[in-house]
Amino acid sequence: MNPQLFQLICFYAFGFVTVAAALSVITLKNTVHAVLALVLTFFSAACLWMLLDAEFLALALIVVYVGAVMVLFLFVVMMLDLDQEKLREGFVKFLPIGLIVAAAMLVEMLGLIGVRAMHTQVMGADPAATAGTSNTAWLGHALYTQYLLPFEVAALILTVGVVAAVALTLRQRGDARYESASQQVKVSPRDRVRIVKMAAERPVDETPAPPQESKS
Amino acid sequence: MITLSHYIVLGAVLFCIAVAGLFINRKNVIVLLMSIELMLLAVNMNFVAFSSFLGDVSGQVFVFFILTVAAAEAAIGLAILVLLFRNRSTINIADIDSMKG
Repeated sequence: MNPQLFQLICFYAFGFVTVAAALSVITLKNTVHAVLALVLTFFSAACLWMLLDAEFLALALIVVYVGAVMVLFLFVVMMLDLDQEKLREGFVKFLPIGLIVAAAMLVEMLGLIGVRAMHTQVMGADPAATAGTSNTAWLGHALYTQYLLPFEVAALILTVGVVAAVALTLRQRGDARYESASQQVKVSPRDRVRIVKMAAERPVDETPAPPQESKS
Repeated sequence: MITLSHYIVLGAVLFCIAVAGLFINRKNVIVLLMSIELMLLAVNMNFVAFSSFLGDVSGQVFVFFILTVAAAEAAIGLAILVLLFRNRSTINIADIDSMKG
């Protein structure tokens, strides 16, 4: 089969799965199922990025998003005891306006993109392969030279995110007993141990011992 | 033949689905957060497509940063959500109106 035709078929297949999964994210009744549909969306999007020869980002999407962020979502959704029915209130009421706004935006965007452009701009060769490297090396070279400062700022943002998430959810329970490290360090031996001075030997009794009974 | 417009149209469709999700699921904060993730995915799709099309590495670097910020955003958003549920026992937006904004 013509490889370009095969690529196109793959694009349509992955794109169809992506759109269908995205639709089920916003329509499924059970929130856990919606999170799983979002996992499918990200996975098919990663496949689409693979078609674009963006291998590093495709794998990063799976590892970072499916592996970390979506699992976090699943944890939270399963931890919370949600009343699914109450959360669905207004779904039918807001369905028409949601559809109208989405359809209007889609028509506008498609008009901007232009149907005439559909058949003219064919994807070129893999830019990384033209440069003679792999996609990861290509991306990493730019990331660690030209974009080093933003890269470090991104690391800082992640650290702030971790600290903020922990600080938000940390709580002190009144009925729990904690050890206080500073108090433990500050305590001196004098407060805890009392040293008693006493003679090394007991004074010998002056009175003679009672005579022992002789064995008969 | 895959053209650039294929990917841009797909990104537009994903973005519009996410906007519709924001409208029709306005009671459930978790689905709202997931719709925002979908929007970010749509934008990332455009970035990757243009980067590959123009042969410019900046687009893919930017997607990398968007992924970073989105991960931090999801972590903090879910932390706020857990805190909200612990204090109010609900994540229904209609019940969270103490600020009367």
